[in-house]
Amino acid sequence: MVQLADEFIHFDIGDEQVRLLERLSNACAVSGDEAEVRKIVISEIKSYVDDIKVDALGNVLATRNGSREPRLRVMLAAHMDEVGLMLTHDNGDGIYRFEVVGGISASDLAGKAVLIGREHIPGVIGIKPIHLLHGNDHRKPIDIDDLHIDVGTVTGKEKVGDRATFATQFIRLGPSLRGKALDNRLGVATLIELVKHATDNFDLLAAFTVQEEISARGARVAAFTFNPDLAVALDSTPAYDLPDWEADENVRYNTHLGAGPAIYIADSSTLSDPKLIRYMIQVAEENHIPYQLRQPGGGGTDAGVIHKQREGIPSISISVPGRYHHTSASIVRLSDWQHTFKLVMIALAQLSTDVLSAES
Amino acid sequence: MIDLLPYLKELISAPGISGYEVGVRPIIEKAWQPLTDQQKVSRLGSLHGLQHGTAPEPRPSILVAAHMDAIGLMVNAIVDGFLRVTTIGGIDLRVLPGQMVTVHGRQDLPGMIVPTPARLLPSRLPSGIVPLEYLLVDVGLLPQDVGELVRVGDPVSFAQPPLETGGETLVGHTLDDRAGVVALTYCLEILRSRPHAWDLWAVATVQEETSYGGAQTSAFQLHPSICISIDVTFGSEPSSPGYLTFPLGKGPTLGLGPVVHPFLYKTLKQLAERLEIPVSVEPTPRSSATDSDAMVSIAEGIPNAVIGIPLRYMHTPIEMIALKDITRTGRLVAEFIAQLDGTFIDKMTWDD
Repeated sequence: MVQLADEFIHFDIGDEQVRLLERLSNACAVSGDEAEVRKIVISEIKSYVDDIKVDALGNVLATRNGSREPRLRVMLAAHMDEVGLMLTHDNGDGIYRFEVVGGISASDLAGKAVLIGREHIPGVIGIKPIHLLHGNDHRKPIDIDDLHIDVGTVTGKEKVGDRATFATQFIRLGPSLRGKALDNRLGVATLIELVKHATDNFDLLAAFTVQEEISARGARVAAFTFNPDLAVALDSTPAYDLPDWEADENVRYNTHLGAGPAIYIADSSTLSDPKLIRYMIQVAEENHIPYQLRQPGGGGTDAGVIHKQREGIPSISISVPGRYHHTSASIVRLSDWQHTFKLVMIALAQLSTDVLSAES
Repeated sequence: MIDLLPYLKELISAPGISGYEVGVRPIIEKAWQPLTDQQKVSRLGSLHGLQHGTAPEPRPSILVAAHMDAIGLMVNAIVDGFLRVTTIGGIDLRVLPGQMVTVHGRQDLPGMIVPTPARLLPSRLPSGIVPLEYLLVDVGLLPQDVGELVRVGDPVSFAQPPLETGGETLVGHTLDDRAGVVALTYCLEILRSRPHAWDLWAVATVQEETSYGGAQTSAFQLHPSICISIDVTFGSEPSSPGYLTFPLGKGPTLGLGPVVHPFLYKTLKQLAERLEIPVSVEPTPRSSATDSDAMVSIAEGIPNAVIGIPLRYMHTPIEMIALKDITRTGRLVAEFIAQLDGTFIDKMTWDD
């Protein structure tokens, strides 16, 4: 077994990393316009990597080479983009029509404040006051075509084509963190720290990807470019660990907050590589890191396109569980993030070529 | 001069759902301190501020009401560390999922109304709106800590921070009717340096959103000759019909209907024309949905007028108002009070 390096044994996700996550969460980076997050990523990692570039689609691709032989080329992917809106029509008088980018439901938009464009112009998505509704209208689902963004009577600083996100500001709630776009700024923040603290037994190929929320175009081309031996997608997956109003026991939780990193076995786009599943579980158990197996089922990550790239790339996803993704805010547990970082950090530090040669 | 925008932002950032106005009252008391000759708090918690008139005693008096309470929620059960809530005032369930709130427990706790995943709701429910009984608040704490910090009955306020939007508009929760409180404060400020014959009772009322209980009891206690309510009204925007709404930034509305005395309406309208303050007529064919609905039938009956400040998206956490309409409202009421003289009551007759 490889000797564990001091730097990752003693390093943990702390206040400094939470402040970085806060900046990432408050940044606006709707799929297709990831500039604000890209800027933070580049400034955070550039002095730690051997090579860094922004590719044709806007991915940040950075390489930190190891020095031991033999060593694996490991792609770590975290998507920078978030679900959001795009202004599509100017009705005049500060009123804009919009379309949704990624999976957001109309009921999560009604009555919310938004920030528009790089200048974060404030606006709101209002609805007809309850006083003016007739009959059963207040029980009817919101129709997205009835919604608009209102920036006040005039401004002129926003324009059609601008992206908009929820205006939620990041906050710490005791053991938890609340903010918008924690899917997947958590993955981005984790990958930034992994780049900074990487050990020298592997080549780290960091892909901060674009457009995951609308088809994972970014990860597809990033995996082609890197052509790695294996890949890990770092993401955040829903925790539906709430009371189940239909059943006595909630057996559709997907993941639980506080139960540690979620290791993927199967989602709707990927069957994780069994060798990598076994390896991750073994590292967690040997190091007494709490972990959970994400309930196999729907959903998907960048791994969905990565594992089918070129001749095929053994892949797995590891997620920090989070409640209420794709709404105005997510709530996550700091300890889950810490344990996720620790699991991936140690798994990488102990990684040898044997991992892939093991019999499935 | 009070800087009205920061004052309004401070007011809407203070808690004070109906029955729990104690969170906002001190801010109004502080602002009214230099503007009034006397301040008292009513038995139900309304704030009464008196500006003496110059006429010899016994002087007639006018009561101007703006309500300081807010709509909100209240904890009614704790389930696995999540809070179940009920509504205080006219809450629109359609906008609740995903809203940020403050739970006023043993300490103020930031929380979020859970956007309930459809998979956890009973399958028999129609899709769309989550009924109140399935709505939860998540404060991000471990269940044992929630049990120690939160109790059934704790009030819950909206926590949407104020946002300055284009064209000198402001977005936030509880602009209904803290904007009216600001208009009333501005009126007090104008009249502080302007002699007026009548006594002026400025009243920040409680419980308007639930029962008009504050206005009803203050009007009885103070027994004024005239009452005016300053409240918000429906601002025009694309999702509401134009014939029921009034444009933002184009001046206040003058209510016209059974709770408004025709002579007061006429006097205010003529005054606005003379002062070149733009106003709209707001027909209120049955009742006005303001404190005046209670104040009109107090004791022997009191002549009322209703002034509305247009506001978009009423009773949601992102109400929007034009600052200009607030100052115009304050000025119109101040000018009205300044012209009240010893003969006004006699002139206030029915034009039959």
